This record gives sequence, structure tokens and C-alpha cells, in this order.
Amino acid sequence: MLKGLAVAASALAFAAGAAFAQEPIRIGSFLAVTGPAAFLGDPEQKTLELYVEKLNAAGGVLGRKIQLTVYDSAGDAEKARAFAKRLIEQDKVDVIVGGSTTGETMAVVPLVEQAGIPFISLAGAVVIVEPVKKWVFKTPHSDRQACERIFVDMKARGLTKIALISGAGGFDKSMRAQCMQVAKNHGIEIVADESYGAGDTDMTAQLTKIRSAPGVQAVLNCGFGQGPAIVTKNYRQLGITLPLYQSHGVASKEFIKLAGGAAEGIRLPAAAILAPETLPDGDPQKKVLLAYKREFEGRFKQDVSTFGGHAYDGLMLAVEAIRRAGSTNKEAVRSALESIRGFVGIDGIFNFSPTDHVGLDVSGLRIFEVRNGNWTVVK
Amino acid sequence: MSAEFLQFLLAGLTAGAIYALVALGFTIIYNASHVINFAQGEFVMIGGMATVSLAAAGLPLPAAIAAAVLAAAAVGLALEKFAVEPARGAPVVTLIIITIGASILLRGLATLVWDKKIHALKPFSGDAPIRIGGATLAPQSLWVLGVTLVIVLVLAWFFNRTLLGKALLATSHNRLAAQLVGINVRRVLLVSFGLSAALGAIAGILTAPITFTSWDVGIMLGLKGFAAAILGGLGSGPGAIVGGLALGIVEAMGAGYVSSAYKDAIAFVVLLAVLFFLPGGLLGRGGAERV
Repeated sequence: MLKGLAVAASALAFAAGAAFAQEPIRIGSFLAVTGPAAFLGDPEQKTLELYVEKLNAAGGVLGRKIQLTVYDSAGDAEKARAFAKRLIEQDKVDVIVGGSTTGETMAVVPLVEQAGIPFISLAGAVVIVEPVKKWVFKTPHSDRQACERIFVDMKARGLTKIALISGAGGFDKSMRAQCMQVAKNHGIEIVADESYGAGDTDMTAQLTKIRSAPGVQAVLNCGFGQGPAIVTKNYRQLGITLPLYQSHGVASKEFIKLAGGAAEGIRLPAAAILAPETLPDGDPQKKVLLAYKREFEGRFKQDVSTFGGHAYDGLMLAVEAIRRAGSTNKEAVRSALESIRGFVGIDGIFNFSPTDHVGLDVSGLRIFEVRNGNWTVVK
Repeated sequence: MSAEFLQFLLAGLTAGAIYALVALGFTIIYNASHVINFAQGEFVMIGGMATVSLAAAGLPLPAAIAAAVLAAAAVGLALEKFAVEPARGAPVVTLIIITIGASILLRGLATLVWDKKIHALKPFSGDAPIRIGGATLAPQSLWVLGVTLVIVLVLAWFFNRTLLGKALLATSHNRLAAQLVGINVRRVLLVSFGLSAALGAIAGILTAPITFTSWDVGIMLGLKGFAAAILGGLGSGPGAIVGGLALGIVEAMGAGYVSSAYKDAIAFVVLLAVLFFLPGGLLGRGGAERV
């Protein structure tokens, strides 16, 4: 009788364990798939879907399938907040990997802090992880790191007096503020500071003023979208030969297509995924980058971008943390994230810690230059 | 100093010519019907986007341009036939709101027919900058200024020497009298919409190599063109041109000499100041209603 009971009990436990093992790992996401930030959210969504499919085909994580839920927040912070609430309360996800833009991310931060759920953001600004928030992590380099990478390159070329020209958007203004803050640390002096409006179509006035600023040696354009392309065309039209730097916001082939021949010689900081073939063979990231590029372009027939890379990193980091924690217990996953070191991702090599929730240093950002109409890594 | 001034002036004239073409579109429709067509900016967008997609599909540039202008004119005719004409008896405010709705519809259709990306058109004759007395000009700017001049002359001939043009003018002066002398006022309205749409499309095509085009360029260009039309005096053709050029130059000078961040604000403040002292605009007559 006791033996029968033991058999029944173990059978029950086995059934319960098997049933538990079938419980999927729920990963939630809200991305700007449409709207003004669609160039961010669209490759991010495609990347998440592609790699969740691949992971599930290989048996899932911890023997469990991954169930991905993606909502389109269209770049709207209000919508992002509503969808995040839905992911946490209705869909009961274990981890959130999302937030294409800084605005959307910051709107969701109070929610995840209160709910106690790990959140890996795919947005740029440094305020997301500074000051460090317990449950919030992020994958891309911050705009401050982009500024620092640019200044390091400028200093190496002997360019110490520079002019800034930036747009009116949130990213533009944030990057400009960060650059102004860290310039002195790198021995860079800002001798001119011009700006243009969101829909402006002619920046020759601002560039003419910059050209006559005393001692100016280089120009940095903080912006993304069509503004930088117009700045670049105007720059060449005015015949300005000083080095021109752009931000990582235009690190794509689209920019070269828009600016045309005027883009020759432009430099910017970007993750190496922009042109992985041009990396030296011993580079630790090269294998991961080439694999991602091949798989993404093969499936979606569109150029790979740094933004899709942020989503890849977010997903793989979440999966790695779940594996290390051995479960989807939120606190366990969170601590596991903080313990990740030496993780080779698309954006760089991640080294998280309790005080560093972005885990990247400036070395993941390479300096690219446009040569013969293509991005080439120069440092 | 004067090389800088010349640079700002050239930039202002180029932008001003585009505003002038858009403003002419507003004026022609306003003259024929007292309706302010807020979908005017969308015609500019359609011209640019259609040319980009037709050229990408393999059509030689001149054919793509011609097809795009015709397409925009067709949209203008459709707008008049299906949105404005059925509401003919309604108050003018209603008609204006209808055109606002049409502009939103056209923008939405544009994202379906094309996409939300920004597109560039190849400059018509290369982009090697031309030096003029210390300032530089993109060759495309010469196209903009040249074609605008030609269009202004053609329109002057059209309105003063052809029967159809005189009919449009007559309708703008007094609709009832025009009807009484046998002018088909409905056809006049149709032609004015088609003509305005074509003008807007040409503006969009001329400026696409310089300023790029996308599904939402119509919003700001329509607004600035409208402001230019008001500045020059709504209802006055020469006023539209003067207003457009003036707005473009004020913008460029404001960005150059005052502050680049407040460029748009400066232009609109100037507009307000002019209207305080000259309510009819620079070249307009004050409107008078017969009681």
C-alpha cells in the first residue's frame, strides 16, 4: 500500500513537473514598429521574432519554449506605458525586452520598478541607467559614450576646436547636452553651437556661420533622420573641407543613399555591425556579427542595422540570465543579469555589475568612415 | 560680410521660389471659390513622391516628372469633383474643413502607396556647386528659380490672353456675373483645382533633390505656402510670388543674422507684424462685402 502510495505520489510529482516544464518562458516587448521611429522598431521586432523562432527550434531554453508578445507603441510614450502595463498584468511576462526610444523607456521605468520585473531597454540616452535602477538594464551605447568616442578620435587627429550643429528632437538635444558636458574631459573646446528645426530643409545659413567661427577645425552634427543628410549636402555645397562627424543615429546605408556623394569622408561612431566584413580577423566580435548579418539579411532581404543588433543583444542577454538563474524567478533573473561578464554581443562585449546596467565600454563603438559610398571601419 | 549676405540671399530666394509656387496654388483656388485648400501641401508631396517611385521603377526622369504632375492634377480634379462640388452650397468654413480632412486622407494614402521613409531625387544637372561672388549655389537652385520664372510668365500669359484664363479671372471677381455671361463656373472650379495641383506638384519635384521628400513634407510646406499667400495678399497672384520670396528671404536672414534655432518663429512673427499694419497683406486690397 505504501509502495502504491509512493508510486502515485511520484507519478503525480512527475506529471506536475512535466506540466511545469511545458510552461513557456514569456518574453514581452513594446517597440516603435510604426511611426517616426519605425527605423528602430521594425528591425528590432524582426530580430526578436527571428531569434525566438531559432531558439525554439533548437529546443527552447531550460527545456521550455519561448513565447514572445510584441506590441506596437509607435514611438508614443503613453502607448508604451499602456502596453507595458498589459504585458505585466495581463500577459504576465517574465522579462521585458523593448522600448525603442528613450521617451518610451522612461515612461515605463516606474511600472517595472514597482512590479519588480527585469526590463532590458533598447534605447540610447544615458538617463535610463544613470542613476542605476534595480530592474532596468539597457543594451545600446549611451549618447554620452558616442560623444566620448568621437572626442577621442578628434583628439587623436589633433582637432581640438569644434563646432556643434544639432536638430530639435529629443535625441539631438540629449546628445548635444552630453557632448557639451564631456568635451572638457577630452581637451575639446566648442567654439560654435548652431541648431536647426525639425522640418528644416536648408542649413546653409547655420553652416556659413560655423565656417566663420574663429579657429574651428571640425564639425559635429548631433541628429538623426533627414536633418543630417541635408547638413551633409549643404556642407559640400558650401565647399567646407573641415572634417565632419555625424552621430550614431545615422549609422545606416539609408544615410549614404540620401546624402549621396556628399557623404564621402564622413566619420561616425557605431557598433561594428555596420560593416563587419571590414573588421580584422582576430576581432572577438567578428564571428557573432557575421552570423547575425547573414541570418537577418537572408531571412528579411533588407540591410542589417545597428538597431536590430540592440534587440539581438537584449534577447540573448535575457536568455543567458534565465539559463544562469535556472528559472524565470524575477529576482533570480535580475541578479543573473548583473553577474554577466564577457558576453560577446552585437553592440560590444557586455560586463554587467550591480552598479553598471549597460555593461559596455567605449571600445564596442568603432569609428566608421564613408569610403567609396560604403561604411568602412577605421579604428 | 557681403559674401555671407549673398549666401543667405541665395538660400532665401531658392526656398522663397518654392513657397511662391505653393502660394500661387492657394491663390488660384481661393480666387475661384473663396475656399482655402489646405490639401495644397499634399499636392507638393504627391509630385515629389510619385516622381521618386516612377524614376526608381525605370522611367527616364522627364517622363517620370510629366507623369507625376499629371497624377497630381488628377488627384486635384478628383478632390474637387468628389469632395468640394457635392458640398457646393455649404458655408466656406465647411469646405475648408473638408479640405483639411482630404489632406489627412491623402497623407494616409501616401503611406500605403509608398512608405514612411525619406526619399531623395537625383539633382537634374549634377550637384557641383556654382560659385557666385564668394557664395555658392547648388545647380538645382538655378532650376528652381528658372522654372518658377517660366511658370510665372506662362501663367501671366494664360490669365491675360487665353479665354479660359480670363474666365478664371472673371469668376474670381464676381461669380454671379460670370455665370450670367455664360461662363461655366463649375468647369472653372475644376480647372483651378487641377492647375493648383499641377503647380504644387512642380514645386515638390523641383525641391526634392535639395530638401528630400517623404509622406509628410506637405504639412510644413503647405503651412508656409499659406503664410506666404497671406503675406502677399490672399487672392493676388503677384502677391503670392512676392509673399513667397519675402518669406523665404526673411527666414534665411533670420537664421543667418539673428538665431538659427528660432528661424520659423522669426518668419511667422514677421508675418504677424505685416498683418497688423497691412491687414490685406503686402499687395492685397482689403476685402469689402456688399451689404
